[in-house]
Amino acid sequence: MAINWFKYAAPSSFYGLAGKLVPWFAWPAAILFCVGIYIGFFVAPTDAVQSEAYRIIFIHVPASILSMFIYLIMAGYAALGLIFNTRLSSMMATSLAPTGALFAFISLWTGALWGKPMWGAWWVWDARLTSELILLFLYLGFISLQASIEDPRRADRAGALLAIVGSVNVPIIYFSVKWWNTLHQGSTVKLSGTSMHISMQQAMFTMFAALWLYAIAISLLRVRSIILERERNSQWVTEIVEMKQ
Amino acid sequence: MNKLSLMGLFGLVIRRDLMLAMRRRADVLTTLIFFVIVVSLFPLAVGSEMDMLRKMAPGVVWVAALLASMLSLGRMFSADYLDGTLEQMLLVPQSLSILVLGKIAAHWMLSGLPLVLVAPVLGLQFDMSGQALLILVLSLLLGTPVLSMIGAFGAALTLGLRGGGVLVSLLVLPLCIPVLIFGTGAVIAVTSGVSPASNLSLLGAFLLMSLLFAPWVSAQALRISME
Amino acid sequence: MLEVKELACARGEQKLFSDLNFRLAGGELLQVQGENGRGKTTLLRTLCGFIQPLEGEIQWQGKSINELDEDYFANIVYLGHLNAIKDDLSALENLRVSSALSGSTISDSAAIAVLRRMGLRGRETFPVKLLSQGLRRRAALARLLINKAPLWILDEPLTALDVSAVGLMQEMIGEHLRNNGIVIFTTHQPLEVSGAVLRRLTLS
Repeated sequence: MAINWFKYAAPSSFYGLAGKLVPWFAWPAAILFCVGIYIGFFVAPTDAVQSEAYRIIFIHVPASILSMFIYLIMAGYAALGLIFNTRLSSMMATSLAPTGALFAFISLWTGALWGKPMWGAWWVWDARLTSELILLFLYLGFISLQASIEDPRRADRAGALLAIVGSVNVPIIYFSVKWWNTLHQGSTVKLSGTSMHISMQQAMFTMFAALWLYAIAISLLRVRSIILERERNSQWVTEIVEMKQ
Repeated sequence: MNKLSLMGLFGLVIRRDLMLAMRRRADVLTTLIFFVIVVSLFPLAVGSEMDMLRKMAPGVVWVAALLASMLSLGRMFSADYLDGTLEQMLLVPQSLSILVLGKIAAHWMLSGLPLVLVAPVLGLQFDMSGQALLILVLSLLLGTPVLSMIGAFGAALTLGLRGGGVLVSLLVLPLCIPVLIFGTGAVIAVTSGVSPASNLSLLGAFLLMSLLFAPWVSAQALRISME
Repeated sequence: MLEVKELACARGEQKLFSDLNFRLAGGELLQVQGENGRGKTTLLRTLCGFIQPLEGEIQWQGKSINELDEDYFANIVYLGHLNAIKDDLSALENLRVSSALSGSTISDSAAIAVLRRMGLRGRETFPVKLLSQGLRRRAALARLLINKAPLWILDEPLTALDVSAVGLMQEMIGEHLRNNGIVIFTTHQPLEVSGAVLRRLTLS
């Protein structure tokens, strides 16, 4: 069966599609999350050096990876919206930003929790944690810029330009923070020398998949409300509202 | 219709902005005074132990320079935006990027360059050695134009927005971190007996890169904000 | 020649007008009419290239203005709600700067002659901030006389002007049309140009 994908580039048709897709991502996300937690807490063995505290990496590592990944995807969507003037891509960028910021925050929070038993301090200026902090700043900048612009078209386009410049800067920032870190002989976060046990890998991978699916589900939900808000003056939204009443 | 040459436009915009600034000299001085005050606050806050001050000096001077250049960003486009002259500049029949580059250059001469010139005096407050002072000035000379360029981008994006002044710092400061790291890194290198060459050449690379991209990106941001 | 095809514009998510078509040749005068909020200013700013239209195209001499880009700007003078003059500079300095930016150099005597015609005799070198609203508008209008661009886009040019200045404005528009220029303007005051056919475009 041939599906006309271009049909779904229009916000009105994507609204319906997104609504149908959400459960297909949300339920697997919930199930995988439970499975991941179970493997992480009960199956994976205790680490020789870090004992039980290491288990926080099952959330910390996937959240960190996703927070960086989502920034790139967000910048990609924003760029598409800027170049081809497709409003849906810009809305996707806007809907991804809070999730990315949340993951960056979770990554910092869990990093701090991990740091306490590891080094006896809630915060160490480790290169990766510092980059993550700057990434959170970049997300906050994007969100506050879009929030303070009233005209949605300008908000989309200005946000897109910022996201593109930000994503070009992310590698430069990462590189310079790493340089700075070696200069000041900071600590580096590493798992103890031994290779990861197979069940640790399973837990990590399951959690990664769960968070990823969650990110997709929540941003689809969020883009639905953005579409409704932006198209509130159009015929089809009025019809939906009347149907609900 | 005779067309203005690129160099002609660049020079014209610089002359215009410098002339306007000379009519309001106080504005230029406020940035400088802010810089001097912020730097002088640190010994009062952390104590006057010379060893510690020497160690802190590059960081303090650089962070203060960063904050001072944020403070002056409001002047880059917003006055011209409010009286409509920016609109006319967008209609100049010549490259908008070059026009923006001219405005950035004028902004740097009025806010960046004075900081570079005053920095050695402030460095003396922190008992920095002659060699460290030299590298500090060099690093500021390479770094402050980059701050002006990144700042132009932020100022263009936030043009005419409520709370634009705080917002612009939120957008711009994270992007300035590499400049801060290598700017202070150069001075730290020389005080710990290592060559600052690699830090300085990276700063130079940032300068070239931002010269290539920042005017164009800021011009695009201006067009978006003026819609 | 300016040609507008199937133009549609929006402010925010709200559509202002669509399917707008017109064509203006040298010597023609167009008044854009419509109640407040109908998009008169948006239309003029779109014609200047500040705003990308939602749909449709604007052509100058048969080429899309997006293609022409900077070369199109050499053909227009825009006068907006704001005077676009710097308060700290004198009328003379303002005129010299804006003429230089548009790519032409103007001698001091020519600039002073233009300012005198605009009724700023004796005030050419005062900082503009010392002038009244009407005189500032006159200083802004002086820009029209030094620019050789054929297309004038004037948004409420008569704001703050007294009777004699309105007469002067009508005279200037008439001269421009006789020189094969095109004028598009909005106004809430009557504006009559002798010897010119006034076309009207009503946005509703």
